[in-house]
Amino acid sequence: MTSLFTILFDGVAYGMLLFVLACGLAVTLGLMNFVNLAHGAFAMAGGYICAVLVNNSGVPFFVALPIAFVASALIGLVMEQSLYKHLYHRSPLDQVLFTIGLVFMSVTAVDYIMGSSQIFIHLPDVLQGQVNLFGIGVGRYRLMIIVICGLLTLGLQLILAKTRFGSRLRAAVDDPRAASGLGINVPQVFALTFAFGSGLAGLGGALGAEVLGLDPYFPLKFMIYFLIVVTVGGSSTITGPFLASLLLGIADVAGKYYVPKLGAFVIYTVMIVILIWKPNGLFGRTAAR
Amino acid sequence: MFIRTKTALRLAIGAALASAVAFTAAQAQDTVKIGLIVPMTGGQASTGKQLDNAVKLYMQQHGDTVAGKKIEVILKDDAALPDNTKRLAQELIVNDKVNIIAGFGVTPAALAAAPLATQAKVPEVVMVAGTSIITEKSPYIVRTSFTLPQSAAIMGDWAAKNGIKKVATLTSDYAPGNDALKFFKDHFTAGGGQIVEEVKTPLANPDFAPFLQRMKDAKPDAIFIFVPAGQGGNLMKQYAERGLDKSGIKVIGTGDVMDDDLLNGMGDAVLGAVTAHNYSAAHPSQMNKDFVAAYKKAYNARPGFVAVFGYDGMHLIYEALKKTGGKADGDSLIAAMKGMSWESPRGPISIDPETRDIVQNIYMRKVEKKDGELWNVEFETFKDVKDPGKAKK
Amino acid sequence: MTAERTVGDLALARARWGWTEIAFWLFAVASIFLFSDRYLILTEMAWLGLFALSLDLILGYAGIVSLGHAAFFGVGAYSAGLLAVHGIIKEPVLALLVAGLAAMVLGFVTSFLVIRGSELSQLMVTLGIALLLRELANKFSNITGGFDGLQGISIDPILGLFAFDLYGKTGYIYCLVVLFVLFLLARRIVNSPFGLSLRAIRNNPLRAAAIGIPVNRRLIAIYTISAFYAGIAGALFTQTTALASLDVFSFERSADLLLVLVIGGTGYLYGGLIGAVVFRILQDVFSSWTPQFWQFWIGLVLVLIVLIGRDRMYRGVLWLPRYLFQLFRKAHAKPAVSDGGAP
Repeated sequence: MTSLFTILFDGVAYGMLLFVLACGLAVTLGLMNFVNLAHGAFAMAGGYICAVLVNNSGVPFFVALPIAFVASALIGLVMEQSLYKHLYHRSPLDQVLFTIGLVFMSVTAVDYIMGSSQIFIHLPDVLQGQVNLFGIGVGRYRLMIIVICGLLTLGLQLILAKTRFGSRLRAAVDDPRAASGLGINVPQVFALTFAFGSGLAGLGGALGAEVLGLDPYFPLKFMIYFLIVVTVGGSSTITGPFLASLLLGIADVAGKYYVPKLGAFVIYTVMIVILIWKPNGLFGRTAAR
Repeated sequence: MFIRTKTALRLAIGAALASAVAFTAAQAQDTVKIGLIVPMTGGQASTGKQLDNAVKLYMQQHGDTVAGKKIEVILKDDAALPDNTKRLAQELIVNDKVNIIAGFGVTPAALAAAPLATQAKVPEVVMVAGTSIITEKSPYIVRTSFTLPQSAAIMGDWAAKNGIKKVATLTSDYAPGNDALKFFKDHFTAGGGQIVEEVKTPLANPDFAPFLQRMKDAKPDAIFIFVPAGQGGNLMKQYAERGLDKSGIKVIGTGDVMDDDLLNGMGDAVLGAVTAHNYSAAHPSQMNKDFVAAYKKAYNARPGFVAVFGYDGMHLIYEALKKTGGKADGDSLIAAMKGMSWESPRGPISIDPETRDIVQNIYMRKVEKKDGELWNVEFETFKDVKDPGKAKK
Repeated sequence: MTAERTVGDLALARARWGWTEIAFWLFAVASIFLFSDRYLILTEMAWLGLFALSLDLILGYAGIVSLGHAAFFGVGAYSAGLLAVHGIIKEPVLALLVAGLAAMVLGFVTSFLVIRGSELSQLMVTLGIALLLRELANKFSNITGGFDGLQGISIDPILGLFAFDLYGKTGYIYCLVVLFVLFLLARRIVNSPFGLSLRAIRNNPLRAAAIGIPVNRRLIAIYTISAFYAGIAGALFTQTTALASLDVFSFERSADLLLVLVIGGTGYLYGGLIGAVVFRILQDVFSSWTPQFWQFWIGLVLVLIVLIGRDRMYRGVLWLPRYLFQLFRKAHAKPAVSDGGAP
């Protein structure tokens, strides 16, 4: 019985991680209708920045995390302003071509600078091993992931629901034309959101290095997982991808635990079944384009 | 749309004509050409890079002329895709007229090139791929790497003799993983051990948590692991995270999981892990010390076993050329390579004259910390191990 | 296109052979003699071109996107491989057809899952299917050879007459002939009323349904045909390389395919072929230049293609002199084009 809870816990942690990694993608897709396959590259940037800071410069892990967030957000902002914003009105195929090109370039560039071997972030001792919570063995690192990601999700939800920026953002998602007609500076909303999403990805990359591994091929390896989360969750809300991440995380972990023989099939099967049942994702609406 | 069709077509024709000029190959005399086909991009890239490094290091140390012939290495990237390997090998043989093809990061790649080696009578020096059957696929294949059964079988014997009764296994669900599992299981159960849990993980697998939980629940004395290069670090980290290290469950496995290349990054979680393998960067011979120092100096990294495989592969080619006096046709080279034995950084090794496969010592190693770094320290040696995968037949 | 001309005239004009098309195929034939030391890469271009053509049929003509076209490629490849290994059908041309049909059956079955839903869910469902097939092929390693790939494939001479040789000449001519025949068929299909109705669906499914086009049936039909083409491409791959391993199903293969087609341009059949030629040449040039970092340059080319714009690039390369001349003559009259970012 206790292992059931441990598995549940692992699944939640894994799902939360997926959410932080993918929610920026969901927002860019829902908001700007932009297929940003290079999203994983921002996550990789965050991961590497964190690793270099912690391993080479001796910056404490908990300081390196916010730096990774800010740095990736800045990279995102620069990329948005210099390249992405010219492509919002291009065909999705051009966007795919462009962002895949960026992925190839980022992969090789990181390979050139950092080497192709996997790297690990040296964690503080506090985060290693397991603690016992109500008789359930719980990994400390995963506990931290859940706490951080949970807070982030709450924060995001609050920003979206309560702040002025949140309502502008929602308006822009619903109907960019009407929104700009109402005097909302849509390009600015786009830029900030893009930067914030990239920052979240960077944070996710830094957090995920321990669980998912970090090497130059990260953006390619995990592109599929991000896309799964976004498609299953639908890209018009934050809650959609969040619940989808949790569902996929738990289904994947539980599936692998209880029927390891079919482990590899679980995530794809769940995705296909959901998409056939609800082609616009669990919480998607028919896209208002 | 209509206009674009025509312009695109015209462009295509122009480009094709222009490339006709580029598509020509030159040939030099008095050189021995080696086509090195390795994965330099994709998930296996680090394998290819180590191999390339080692080959360059060897040539730097031993010069680029041997027996009056200049050695020229042509590096090609196959991204570990067998169809690429085959095309590149074929083009190297037909157009560049290479005398030897070498490298091969994964088994399918080595197998794809085998018929070409036979047809063209070009020696194929397999420097990485480790499935047993490879050397049987062509009389021109020689291997300087390893076979998984070599270390997996020894591991099984050793575990049964050293007080490990119950083992849970965690192996990747693909041919090498299944090879490792099979030979470990056969030898371990023959020695009286018991397998209490057997889990095969998907090849593309980001999270080991559920599988490790299963391991923990099975309460074995030890877990036997085999995962593809690059996943070992993650696996070990999650092993520690799950508290398996504290619950007294040992880790045993084949040495590729504890690759020296990555060992230091894995952290203290791996302390005490026992693996069976053919090479450790901590191997106490003078030759190895020099090799590690030279590699570190050149590339600022500790060499892993793949680097040694490549180093030895070049050595084999050099020595074979010395023996034939520079004659570089396939039959003479293969004849010279058969039965050759030498001192490698990993210890004494030789090429089995019958199977053209490698014969080497397998060492039992334990991860220990020395001077703030982690090392696989050897504590027991099994001498001259042949490939058990073939001995059976 | 002037207003007086009817849609029918337009369709007929489009269906007529232009000199560029004839030149293209003449050049393809000439390539047999011109590049006699590069048959292997030419062969790759041929099957990749066919594969991209199959994607063009659904993407360019019916608006169905796919990130899992490797599923059909893989089924074709393994079918051809298994037929050869077990000696069920020894003759390659017949085996090719059977492999294509196998992929076609899969295409028909999965089409029901794919044609509904938004573009994104199409992408992901197709991708999921391909990845599931890959896992299945890995699981049933007793049939497929698992990770090591299918072993012992040897392909008999084509029609019992032409054996595959080390230089790949037979293989190339074989692929080229198959490509040409299937291209003619595809050309016939897309210029038929059926093909025109597909375009109508692509442009506006609702309106197409309103004028009485059975939308779903048409989409299922073209998806199935496309799967047949992809299966043939896969079978050609296996027959010319004697290989079939798990990577035929891989995500990378599907993604590369999409790149190839988008580089060449969709919706005029030649896009896939040109894309295949360009992509392979780029890969070959870059990877012999820098085996370690060629992906960077490919990526850069992709980015530049998008930033500069495909049309403008073709124009720029082809008519550079004329373009410069025009610029020179009416320097002020030229308005700034603002859909890209680059100068």
